[in-house]
Amino acid sequence: MWPFVFNLSLMTPSLNGDVLIVKALHIEQLTKVYPKGVQALSGIDLRVEQGDFFALLGPNGAGKSTAIGVVCSLLNKTSGKVRIFGHDLDTEREAAKACIGLAPQEFNFNMFDPVVEILTNQAGYYGIPHAEAAERAEKLLRQLHLWDKRRVQARLLSGGMKRRLMIARALVHHPRLLILDEPTAGVDIEIRHSMWAFLREINQQGVTIILTTHYLEEAENLCRNIAIISQGRIVEQTQVHELLRRLHQEVFVIDTAQALDKMPSIEGFKLDKVADHRMEVSVSREHGLSQLFAGLNAAGVEVVSLRNKQNRLEQLFMDVVNHSRGTGV
Amino acid sequence: MTFKMTYWVAFRTIVMKEMLRFMRISAQTLLPPAITTVLYFIIFGELIGARIGDMAGFRYVDFIVPGLILMAVISNSYANVVASFYGSKFQHYVEEMLVAPLPNWVILLGFVSGGVARGVMVGIVVTLVALFFSDIQVHSYAVTLAVFVLTSILFSLAGFINAVYANSFDDISVIPTFVLTPLTYLGGVFYSITLLPEFWQNVSLANPVLYMVNAFRYGLLGVSDISLTLAFAIIIGFIALLSAYCMHLLNRGVGIKS
Repeated sequence: MWPFVFNLSLMTPSLNGDVLIVKALHIEQLTKVYPKGVQALSGIDLRVEQGDFFALLGPNGAGKSTAIGVVCSLLNKTSGKVRIFGHDLDTEREAAKACIGLAPQEFNFNMFDPVVEILTNQAGYYGIPHAEAAERAEKLLRQLHLWDKRRVQARLLSGGMKRRLMIARALVHHPRLLILDEPTAGVDIEIRHSMWAFLREINQQGVTIILTTHYLEEAENLCRNIAIISQGRIVEQTQVHELLRRLHQEVFVIDTAQALDKMPSIEGFKLDKVADHRMEVSVSREHGLSQLFAGLNAAGVEVVSLRNKQNRLEQLFMDVVNHSRGTGV
Repeated sequence: MTFKMTYWVAFRTIVMKEMLRFMRISAQTLLPPAITTVLYFIIFGELIGARIGDMAGFRYVDFIVPGLILMAVISNSYANVVASFYGSKFQHYVEEMLVAPLPNWVILLGFVSGGVARGVMVGIVVTLVALFFSDIQVHSYAVTLAVFVLTSILFSLAGFINAVYANSFDDISVIPTFVLTPLTYLGGVFYSITLLPEFWQNVSLANPVLYMVNAFRYGLLGVSDISLTLAFAIIIGFIALLSAYCMHLLNRGVGIKS
């Protein structure tokens, strides 16, 4: 069990006497201009509630990693405010830092150090005495199936193991906010699913999680809220299910029992043959799947399987990003 | 600046990590200075030194002992910090410290202490080797120990600055090769500056290593070409200057943050 779930001291009264719960992360007008003049962030505002499982999505170079770098004190901001569980990064830097655990995109541990030392050293930097650090390291390494590798140099681990090591290291000081920058990049499906289960468990125990990923299926599966960043600006921030509700049209791939010699015609649906036993069907929100099945049934087409052609969030993500760029593709 | 228990744990973690690092590769860190010193003693002390005769009232082999010990301390303190901190930048694991609630002075103190630890250990190894070739009589333990540790601190700080600015492994060898080694060899390790013409004596006085070598020689042998007070003032002055500069670099995030 994570050693905290909710902390009343983090609830502050508002002017009218109501109680406002402090945000896990509160970013106001954050800008970042790199020394060579590249503007990576153009005044972003972001609020992440305590206990949330939050996705920060965006195309490459949109500013995700820059935003995370500033929040985690790896980059200097140009202007703006960052508060972590109410602690201002400018004035209460140490208190703010103590709340965060970071698993960055790039491997950033000493490749020559044994796995267990990477964890105990990281705990040491947070002021956790060695004996306690060793206990925590053992627990995390067991949970993430790395205990057998504890004495192995980190460079000898597989890609998936290195990713898990980064997550274990990010959790060793029991952070209240876990930031994962593409945690499952290059990880096989089985391990990815076991990592998802682990992250869900951590989140259920009270840890707020912010995730960036290029696997939108991951964001759809794990996250409740989402922000999309494009060209250094937040172009969308909403609940995942709310975003999905906006999907006007979905394309389904249908496999049929018999060869599609002649394509059936069903009013309200656009059917395209893509192979002898496969067709793609565009379904708009006004027409339900039951109407489609009824039509196929009437045309004597027996459906073997049906799946989305594209991840639904992926479709929306592309719409939002393209709209923000003004490309309208 | 408030002292917290967490800072102490963090500081100890950095120091232990640093010590483990150079102990694990002792064949590269502790053994070479011992072998080099043996060669110096055989060639300069026994073979050539026997023909040189006395210097400042001591056998030549005894005269060069303080300089050789300090030379090893200087190069190893420097090498430890420059290699370790640059390595942490190169592999990005410096970020492990940057994300943690660690004040910059704890990071600096940790790395410098690691450098001092290696400097002291190498110094002890070289001193043990020296005992086979010379009969060392310590004139002042306090001066010897103080110079030993202060020099180590000074060059650990210098190594840290080099590492902050370094962008490649070449950059961490340029200063030791082109600056540190000439300063050390011309810092009176193998000779007394009184042997030099007056002009070169005055030039030598601009070399900070000269003050350390002579102060250390005073601690061991009781003789020095320069004033002990001036030597300590210069060493401590440089430590203060470099410490302030290191903190400035860390606070600005030079070389480690954009």
